Amino acid sequence: MRYISNTDNDRKEMLEAIGVRSFEELIEKIPASLQNFQLDIPAGLSEPELMHDLGATGRMNKHAADHASYLGGGVYDHYVPTVVSHLAHRGEFITSYTPYQGEASQGTLQAVYEYQTMICELTGMEFSNASMYDGASSLAEAALLAIRATGKRRIVLPATLHPEYKAVVRTYLSCLDAEIVEAPAVDWALDGKKLAALVTSETAAVVLQQPNFFGVIEDARAVSDAAKKAGALFIACVNPVSLGLLEPPGEYGADIAVGEGQPLGNPVSFGGPHFGFFTVNEELLRKIPGRIAGMTVDKAGRRSFVLTLQAREQHIRREKATSNICTNHSLCALKSAIYLSLLGPEGLRRLALLNLQNAHETHDRLLAVKGVRALTTRPFFNEFAIEIDKDPVKLKESLLKNRVLGPLALRRFFPEMKNAYLVAVTENRTKDHLERLVEAVERA
Amino acid sequence: MSELIFERNSRSDVTRLPALTTDEKTLLSKLPAAVLRKSTPALPTVSELDVVRHFTNLSRKNFNVDSNFYPLGSCTMKYNPKVLDTIASMTPYAHSHPYQDESECQGALKVLFETQRFLSEVAGMDEFTLQPAAGAHGELTGLLIAHAYHRAKGRTKTKVLIPDSAHGTNPATAALCGYEVVTVKTDANGHVDLADLRSKLDAGVAAFMMTNPSTLGLFEEDILEIAKAVHAVQGLVYYDGANMNALLGICRPGDMGFDIVHINLHKTFAVPHGSGGPGSGPVGVKKELIPFLPSPRIMKDGDKYRLEDAAQSIGKLRTFYGNFGAIIRSYAYIKALGREGLREVSEHAILNANYLLAKLKDTFDVPYSHRCMHEFVMSARRQKKRGVRALDIAKRLLDYGIHAPTVYFPLIVEEAMMVEPTETESKETLDEFVRVLLEIDKEITENPQKVLDAPHTMPVSRIDEVRAAREPNLRWKKKSPPKAVESNDPVHTR
Amino acid sequence: MDTSKLRYTQTHEWVSLEGKIAKIGITDHAQKEISDVVFIELPKQGRAVKAKDSAMIIESVKAAFDIYAPVSGTIVETNEALKKKPELVNQSPLGEGWLFKIEVADPKEVEALLTLAQYDSVKDAAH
Repeated sequence: MRYISNTDNDRKEMLEAIGVRSFEELIEKIPASLQNFQLDIPAGLSEPELMHDLGATGRMNKHAADHASYLGGGVYDHYVPTVVSHLAHRGEFITSYTPYQGEASQGTLQAVYEYQTMICELTGMEFSNASMYDGASSLAEAALLAIRATGKRRIVLPATLHPEYKAVVRTYLSCLDAEIVEAPAVDWALDGKKLAALVTSETAAVVLQQPNFFGVIEDARAVSDAAKKAGALFIACVNPVSLGLLEPPGEYGADIAVGEGQPLGNPVSFGGPHFGFFTVNEELLRKIPGRIAGMTVDKAGRRSFVLTLQAREQHIRREKATSNICTNHSLCALKSAIYLSLLGPEGLRRLALLNLQNAHETHDRLLAVKGVRALTTRPFFNEFAIEIDKDPVKLKESLLKNRVLGPLALRRFFPEMKNAYLVAVTENRTKDHLERLVEAVERA
Repeated sequence: MSELIFERNSRSDVTRLPALTTDEKTLLSKLPAAVLRKSTPALPTVSELDVVRHFTNLSRKNFNVDSNFYPLGSCTMKYNPKVLDTIASMTPYAHSHPYQDESECQGALKVLFETQRFLSEVAGMDEFTLQPAAGAHGELTGLLIAHAYHRAKGRTKTKVLIPDSAHGTNPATAALCGYEVVTVKTDANGHVDLADLRSKLDAGVAAFMMTNPSTLGLFEEDILEIAKAVHAVQGLVYYDGANMNALLGICRPGDMGFDIVHINLHKTFAVPHGSGGPGSGPVGVKKELIPFLPSPRIMKDGDKYRLEDAAQSIGKLRTFYGNFGAIIRSYAYIKALGREGLREVSEHAILNANYLLAKLKDTFDVPYSHRCMHEFVMSARRQKKRGVRALDIAKRLLDYGIHAPTVYFPLIVEEAMMVEPTETESKETLDEFVRVLLEIDKEITENPQKVLDAPHTMPVSRIDEVRAAREPNLRWKKKSPPKAVESNDPVHTR
Repeated sequence: MDTSKLRYTQTHEWVSLEGKIAKIGITDHAQKEISDVVFIELPKQGRAVKAKDSAMIIESVKAAFDIYAPVSGTIVETNEALKKKPELVNQSPLGEGWLFKIEVADPKEVEALLTLAQYDSVKDAAH
């Protein structure tokens, strides 16, 4: 399939109008040596052939629509209401451009403004940008901001932070004059005393993941206090669905709150695209990376929305920009705004309670199985770590036989944790799923 | 007046979610009271119908490719085939999790691996990483790879060279990698000034970042010389793939001597712009740089796909493997086009741009050549003398249902208007565009105020950006305290 | 303000010296170039600056401009009024729109800057 609109006749007329006899004249300046190759790419497909081909490749994949998924670790199988994709995939949203020409993009700009508002309400912070690539890169950008704003070099990361988030922060900071130290854990949560010792007057920021990578709910206030005492910034990296029940970062003293927005109305989609949310309070507003939409008026006094505070951005400040980010993940953020609009405050609370309920029920049922033990008794939200003392190969076989995906084997990140698993349970898990999971583990 | 969703109030239906089977009090007892939320977030309280109406009506205020011609230079606003959206939403792809065991996601891994291979073919490179989420993210990845490579070789490199016509992301990225930015001049013909480049090349140069065609839409004929000169000081040549739509099947950055390239899938490879994102910015490298790629790499052994960390990897730029939903669209697009279809894309992109240039060059100043690749830059300098600027012309075009070209970029052209029609537009659409511009030009003489006050037919006109920046209003705030949540909720004591 | 008594820089700052304190702002020409000022990022008091260092930033909608210290010394005072009313820089660049004061290390550095006549020819030449 091609998608070209010009007919052969059009092509002829256009070449004439340009004043050349053939297309080749238009590229004659390109050295012949560069044009001498053949693309090793197969011939094109018609639409039905394409669908069959991608369908066949899809069948090589297991997935959460016909398996019960207990996989988490940053992205979760929440139920995405039909209305979300129905609205977000309208051509007027999906094929529109970045809203630089305000008059042509009031739909997008207002939706972004509403998204910014909802994220602020969720996190209890004062200002949000228009979204970023994902939770990990948002955290890395927060670290960069902290270094720039304080002029200090040290970033303290918790040992209980998602391993991939740690890797991303390290990569982002690898070329700068910065220092990353890891605050150790005790019983799967941050060791408060050891943390305080690491947060010095040379610390730009302390980071907390809430709940942490192992699903445990941390003592956020203790981290906040440690940061304040040393004059460091406090960056909280939070699960947005948990904020239906848990205290939001704005209320426990976070200076920057970021996180992965995927749980809010975005499909798991093999890891992307999702979006990172990024919020600050007034003091840091002028240093925030990324795009921001603001409300103003037009020349006739009508309420209008526009991209603002752009002087910070790459296309103006260039090498002095707050970041190099150009895109936001607009469509993904839009989905979250639609999703949160459908839920409302009561729906969000119910959603969080369902997650809490299902996870605790699953936890209790699994612990009743011989060979399964809890790794900690600390409180958790919708994800928890357990040990399953069974042969991993037999366990996997048994789970797949019952059409269960996951739980996440922690040896993937920590090779020494041979039998440890991270179990994620959302409102999308049913009683039938639970029975299949428990039976599979018992049988292995 | 445009109503915010917060300003509407109707019944929010909590029965869209399953009911709880355990009572709230018991559930909440599993958490320490101190961590529980006491405030209620002021999210909208509206019915599903009101949500649908609200966002549907918002969408109708947007210009979009499905409705309007968008000759935005440097953005490649081509038609986004709908079959690609369907494929990305297919259940096995939308519902697979990145942490499934390799054996459980061979389909997704195949899509990633084959896309890497297709892009390597098209760009003339040895391997690609699909991790970067956008062009700027790709640039950061590319420069980090360059940095790691030079460090491994024990070289002291402190500078990155960038043309003065470059996109803003280039110098911003270089600064993030700890490099000093040195600008290279563009000569009178709109090309990289080779003499100026040579004068600035020394052992401290880590890389020269450029694009070909340049941001002026002109093919850099000296590219082989440029690459040679940079390599001579052990620098790397970096290709900003924003203009790849001009080269498909015609020539390849890898063959020109580029060591690192990034491609914008949301430009050249038909991923929709999504009102600002998500896109995808894969990065391709030559053999020597493969060990430094972000982790994991997607590999193939026999007929099995697997993950493997690169030997001296720079680490990760984001979680998981990349914007899979965007990547699979480009994968399907390349399969649909095939070898010949890819070449046809660039042929028509170049043809369409040259046609517009030929038709507009007598009305607008064209500071450089009258031949271009897939885009060209014209100037509204002549119109400015008559009291109307590029910005005003851009606004007036909206009244005709045409989105403006890119204005005021590149910075080196006064009253710049960068036009990129793309290959998917028909001659008829282009003729309409020309007709409209000529009409506006006439209007500038006969009734300039009409242009200066434009747009006249949009929901808003001439937005007060000064006020937006001086008095930032970046979120809505409820004026009165939130109504008490009506449920048997022991947490809300007031 | 007697503009003939001021000194100027190539980068369009003016300096008014009283004893050891130099008051600094941008010229009318500069504020026209910048157009509507939307935000001012004032320097920190007590900060030591060298001549030609970037001392602070003035933002318009479309751009951010570095304002350079004309001479070396220590920042002793900043015009806090600009926080709430950045437009003062446009309205009264030589008066209420002043930016900051430096305690100069060497008053002779001020004398060595451009005179009004020299600045006038510099700014005209730039166009």
